[in-house]
Amino acid sequence: MVKVTFIEFDKTEHSIDAEKDTSLMEVAIQNGVPGIDADCGGACACATCHVYVDQNWVDKTGKAEQMEQDMLDFAFDVTDQSRLSCQIKITDDLDGLIVNLPEKQF
Amino acid sequence: MQANRIETDCLIIGAGPVGLFSVFELGLLDIKCDIIDILDKPGGQCAELYPDKPIYDIPGVPEITGEGLVSSLIKQIEPFNPVFHLSRIVTELKKVDDRWEVKTDFGDTFSTKVIVIAAGGGSFQPKKPPIKDIEDYEDFSVFYSIRDKDKFKDKDIVIAGGGDSALDWVLDLHTSAKSLTLVHRRKEFRAVPDTVNKVQELIESGTINFELGQINQLSGENNKLECVSIKNGDQIKDINCQILLPFFGLTMKLGPVADWGLNLNENLIEVDTEKFETNQNAIFAIGDINTYPGKLKLILCGFHEAALMAQQAHSYIYPDKKITFQYTTSSSSLKKKLGVKS
Ligand SMILES: Cc1cc2nc3c(=O)[nH]c(=O)nc-3n(C[C@H](O)[C@H](O)[C@H](O)COP(=O)(O)OP(=O)(O)OC[C@H]3O[C@@H](n4cnc5c(N)ncnc54)[C@H](O)[C@@H]3O)c2cc1C
Ligand code: FES
Repeated sequence: MVKVTFIEFDKTEHSIDAEKDTSLMEVAIQNGVPGIDADCGGACACATCHVYVDQNWVDKTGKAEQMEQDMLDFAFDVTDQSRLSCQIKITDDLDGLIVNLPEKQF
Repeated sequence: MQANRIETDCLIIGAGPVGLFSVFELGLLDIKCDIIDILDKPGGQCAELYPDKPIYDIPGVPEITGEGLVSSLIKQIEPFNPVFHLSRIVTELKKVDDRWEVKTDFGDTFSTKVIVIAAGGGSFQPKKPPIKDIEDYEDFSVFYSIRDKDKFKDKDIVIAGGGDSALDWVLDLHTSAKSLTLVHRRKEFRAVPDTVNKVQELIESGTINFELGQINQLSGENNKLECVSIKNGDQIKDINCQILLPFFGLTMKLGPVADWGLNLNENLIEVDTEKFETNQNAIFAIGDINTYPGKLKLILCGFHEAALMAQQAHSYIYPDKKITFQYTTSSSSLKKKLGVKS
């Protein structure tokens, strides 16, 4: 199990034991973390699963690939820490991961 | 705005795969359909969210893309000549005598015997960026979709976004605008290559302005926008403008469906599993929008629901006629309807 923490915009924290090889988006949806809509179910086609990766974890989660970068154009307030959570796969390396959620996925 | 009154036997709300296939099942029973969608094209989620991605679980079709499925469905229903009413959302639904009356934001009114709600995950609506007080300016200075572009003549316009809609409107509006500024978070655009090239040329020649960054504040008075602030890293730049057009794609919202007096369960419409009828007579709900014990949100389930729904719809439209069960393979009357030689 890999521990990940989602921090909502209002600072509410959700720490979850995530299953390996699922996506961060699926972890949020399956555990009822509010603030991730995931309209497209993880197809990198909606940008409603936007998260901000904590600065200390940006290297570990890696950079968004071309398709994800393109899709991030449809998210709001995108920063260097922005990722689409359906494109982050849970691995052992991510044990302790912290991500912040935007105010809303609009 | 067109004020239009349309009489029909059957009105389908939602032109996703399930709405489209229901035209076929209803057509076999001699029911003519009008079909409405807020999108400017048929196909629902398949067309909007995953046109290029393969689907593997359509019976008898080992692999087909979202777009491929939609074009096959459109071909399949062609013999029944459904009337499409696109780019409008159904806002109101009420009973008038023994018929249903449906209104859209486009100003048209439909009077129909039967309604089939195939509204899927809800209507696709433009994403509204969460900028403070943006609601105050909506429909006065801020527009998420454009119906009447004359309003923007000789105005200072800011367009935000980097996809097809944003760039298409740049090309369309820059000649009539007083000034046009495109705001995008990065230098790359994601649109048809030819469109991207044309926009790049306009930027290089100074015909339009390009600002790197994201909008973070609006100012103005009495619903009239005067200025947008653009944030790029730590820097803020103010741009004077009267019109802001944000294009950040679409998201599915349940929308007006919730207000129509139908029994809902977690935002889905409750139906029976014999006829897929709602708590209101002659209003059916099929596809992703409905719920019943065991429901799966799959295209194939929606197709099944369409077939059974059509049987009951027939009894409302032709109360005196009995349906004889027939196969398309062998029935000469069905083949005639499909325009194939027997
Ligand atoms: C990425 C992805 C992959 C998928 N893969 C598969 C798969 O492999 N197999 C499978 O079976 N399913 C798959 N699905 C699910 C499948 O796409 C849906 O089950 C299907 O689209 C449902 O069809 P529908 O016609 O009920 O609704 P939708 O496709 O959601 O269409 C509903 C339409 O109704 C319109 N609408 C709603 N309300 C209104 C209103 N008030 N006024 C006007 N218009 C309105 C909407 O704009 C929309 O166009 C996938 C979905 C996604 C997102
Ligand atoms: S869930 Fe749609 S892009 Fe991630």
